[in-house]
Amino acid sequence: MADAQEYEKSATSSAQTIAQFDDDNRSFVSQLQHRLHLTPSLVPLIVLILAIIVFGILLGSKFFSPFALTLILQQVAIVGIVGAAQSLVILTAGIDLSVGAIMVLSSVVMGQFTFRYGLPVEVAVACGLLCGTLCGFINGWLVAVMRLPPFIVTLGMWQIILATNFLFSANETIRSQEIASEAPLLQFFGTTLTIGADEAGRGGANFTYGVVFLVSLVLVLAYVLRETAWGRHVYAVGDDPDAAELSGVQVKRTLISVYMLSGLICAFAGWALIGRIGSVSPTSGQLANIESITAVVIGGISLFGGRGSVLGMLFGALIVGVFTLGLRLLGADAQWTYLLIGLLIIAAVAVDQWIRKVSN
Amino acid sequence: MEPILKGRNLVKRYGRVTALDHCDFDLMPGEILAVIGDNGAGKSTLIKALSGAVIPDAGTIYIEGKEVKFTSPIQARTHGIETVYQTLAMSPALSIADNMFMGREIRKEGFMGTVFRQLDRKKMETLAREKLTELGLMTIQNINQAVETLSGGQRQGVAVARAAAFGSKVIILDEPTAALGVKESRKVLELIQDVKARGIPIILISHNMPHVFEVADRIHIHRLGKRLCVIDPKDYTMSDAVAFMTGAKEPPSEAVAA
Repeated sequence: MADAQEYEKSATSSAQTIAQFDDDNRSFVSQLQHRLHLTPSLVPLIVLILAIIVFGILLGSKFFSPFALTLILQQVAIVGIVGAAQSLVILTAGIDLSVGAIMVLSSVVMGQFTFRYGLPVEVAVACGLLCGTLCGFINGWLVAVMRLPPFIVTLGMWQIILATNFLFSANETIRSQEIASEAPLLQFFGTTLTIGADEAGRGGANFTYGVVFLVSLVLVLAYVLRETAWGRHVYAVGDDPDAAELSGVQVKRTLISVYMLSGLICAFAGWALIGRIGSVSPTSGQLANIESITAVVIGGISLFGGRGSVLGMLFGALIVGVFTLGLRLLGADAQWTYLLIGLLIIAAVAVDQWIRKVSN
Repeated sequence: MEPILKGRNLVKRYGRVTALDHCDFDLMPGEILAVIGDNGAGKSTLIKALSGAVIPDAGTIYIEGKEVKFTSPIQARTHGIETVYQTLAMSPALSIADNMFMGREIRKEGFMGTVFRQLDRKKMETLAREKLTELGLMTIQNINQAVETLSGGQRQGVAVARAAAFGSKVIILDEPTAALGVKESRKVLELIQDVKARGIPIILISHNMPHVFEVADRIHIHRLGKRLCVIDPKDYTMSDAVAFMTGAKEPPSEAVAA
């Protein structure tokens, strides 16, 4: 530099090493806050373990058995799969109120295409998956291209899809026995693997394919969100869409792909739903959207987007499952479950706000 | 000589507000062009039009004499134009390395990269650290810390490092030293000279007259949405420039033509 300002000269002899500080003066609380900031799914994991321990002590082997613990997994499988779809959308700072409706419509398409139109069951399943993806695409297009708020778009789509579902299915249920005899593939996710049952076939750990699918789905999504460019873009879009656009992320394409993937996962949830309840019923799964949002929030994913992990959502869904089964085994009124879940939701958001303070 | 980046008759209106009023712009190869002007003169809009963040209502942009139409910053980037925006355009919750490679991530070689599309974090982290060290940003301890945990100056440093690392044809810096400390500002000015020495021209928007007069080869003075004149900093003083920019003094006629 030829003519640096006089006062700037002394800066040339400044330190050349990377700064380091003593770290041991920090209090336990601030260290915890820092850890949680780095790994947001730690909170629901701790709560989950505590809940299992407490119910285990209160109920003994009635609760703390492979049978009961895997029963919880089966009970949260549907909510967990839908929650995975919800997580993706909420990470982009959106919300998807139509997840439950997409799930039911997809399952009805799979059932009706097989039984009413006589299509091969594989084709009907593929059509159901396609139907879910298409619903997701419409959501994504309205959000990304028409720039409508996700809440409004999916609120509208919820009604539209649900009405389509009732009109198309003529409110008919396809019975479980018919499915089992004519199209068992529809109940594929209900197939159970039993490990360690007694001779009469009772007890033991029961894993349905639906549970296996849920766990693999969450692991795959966790990998994709952490380790691929697409995953980083999902977080960036949720964090600050304008900044993401300026730094070279194709925001519209990312948003549409997120909603399409969410729709596809909901369609898989619809398939798993047939396995869970046995029949194809247009009135099932009505609470899936609220339950999935609950799992996501308890799982520590921020409703403002860009923060949280899909693993946390799984823990959140399991916490709800543990409370539901534990309190039922204790003989408590079911309303206590809702009361506690309500408290957990508020506590989870309070923790989220506290963790964010690291940045200010 | 043909300008590397040229704008002609650029117009941009926001409702009734005219931000660009038939504005011309020329950036010559290898030069540092400073753009100065009062607040609200339309500097930022001009820069955004050149970097694809704003689509002008009328007018044309040429790169090396060829007409281009940018509808997004990504298109400008693929033409080698890299920009540091005043807002810095970073995702606060993501790490420094994630932010530096946003939109052009490096994937692992071999099977993990091609089939599972896994990112090569190690490589990105090493490169990001190198770029920060080049810029003298030694106060950043951890390349994996979230950008929101950095100070304003550090964030700006990261944004400048990102542009310097990837710009191949033009680098646009919108107030690159506004939030920086003395040492970091000096480093940015040195970096600007380094980039120029690599043959890459720079557009520098700044209110800091000493810095502008120190590094600029030419100064584009912007007033009321258009180019008022272009002056050579060797021929005029800082107070002349301020007088032109605020309208206190008429610009010299030969500079208006330039």
